[in-house]
Amino acid sequence: MAPVLEIKNLRKEYKDFALDGISFSLEKGYIMGFIGPNGAGKSTTIKLILNLIKKDSGEIKIFGLDNLAYETEVKNRIGFVLDEAFYYEMLTVKEMKNIIAPHYKNWDEGLFSLYIKRFELPLDKKIKDLSKGMKMKFSLAIALSHHAELLLMDEPTSGLDPVIRSELLDILSELMESEDLSIFFSTHITSDLDKIADYIVFIDNGKIVLDKAKDDILENYGIVKGPKGLIDKNDPMFIGYRENSFGFEALVEDKNRLKMFAPDKIIIEKPTLEDIMVFYTRRNGNA
Amino acid sequence: MDIIISNTSEKPIYEQITEQIKDSIMRGEINEGDILPSIRTLARELKISVITTKRAYEELEKEGFIHVIPGKGTYVAAQNRQLLKETRLRLVEEKLMEVVTAAKSIDLSLVELQEMLKFFYNEEVY
Repeated sequence: MAPVLEIKNLRKEYKDFALDGISFSLEKGYIMGFIGPNGAGKSTTIKLILNLIKKDSGEIKIFGLDNLAYETEVKNRIGFVLDEAFYYEMLTVKEMKNIIAPHYKNWDEGLFSLYIKRFELPLDKKIKDLSKGMKMKFSLAIALSHHAELLLMDEPTSGLDPVIRSELLDILSELMESEDLSIFFSTHITSDLDKIADYIVFIDNGKIVLDKAKDDILENYGIVKGPKGLIDKNDPMFIGYRENSFGFEALVEDKNRLKMFAPDKIIIEKPTLEDIMVFYTRRNGNA
Repeated sequence: MDIIISNTSEKPIYEQITEQIKDSIMRGEINEGDILPSIRTLARELKISVITTKRAYEELEKEGFIHVIPGKGTYVAAQNRQLLKETRLRLVEEKLMEVVTAAKSIDLSLVELQEMLKFFYNEEVY
């Protein structure tokens, strides 16, 4: 079976930034977290997938179909939640929905009503008067009301409080009980949604740094700390090496390889995805 | 059946799941033929990755605790409680032998040892 989303050598150049031939793919029924610092190329990638901007070269396939040649068909089968919503601020929730709904072949009004109720969205309120959390929920209700098989979300949790982030987490884990949905979301807040992510793709400065199952990352990577001079800091095995007056810290890909070092002199900690992002970004000279 | 996941534990999440399911089987909370939640339901309930629950079930199946009937579900396998009990029994025997050796080395009598054992047995051990 073709992956739900497949990206090959995707390139997009701007004056001061380039998406540098990135590749990755997502299998059906899984959640992929697309992480990286601000300006790494996350939104550019998502806009390219949705054909909101033109790629320079490379291939984007959704459900095995070229995203440009089959744009209408593909878009009928995806739902998206973007950071900057494309809504008319002066319209009410209901009016906006009435404009969007006819664009989807499989629009399900009953399902939309269900989500409106569940998310407690006021149909007669103007979009501009919705809180940030409500806008996200409205986007999500729209994205989920036409039986999308792929949910694309660009920074869905950015600017939201922990309560709404956790609500979103509940909704997404509920949706994933069906094997037919796949989710691709970008974020720079790696602490909440990543709980349920199956795969992590980490992008920095337009390049893919890491593309692995999340469990593999969290099980094998380690943050090592110890006294200065114990290890060779130029050894490529140490990522984001940094010293302070009292010792060093660095990230390693395989903490089991550290066993050969004096185990009583070093500490190995389990990193979070956020740690991994920080250590990798350091190596790239952004310390 | 209870499954409590710690996100900060050093122990991988899949291992936390396999251990707790094994414990439930041994304590008789779930029995041969009982259906277990699907990997997707488990992932949904625990708010963790499907890959994690899948791996937990794969490990349990490899060790013979559960079996998967494709298209139907995942079931607790036969006789595991017995097997598990025997394994633990052997462990108890081994430890007891150590105790006896240690006791004999300081000429502790059987009665004294029994007294000690009685004391510890009646004390709640956590």
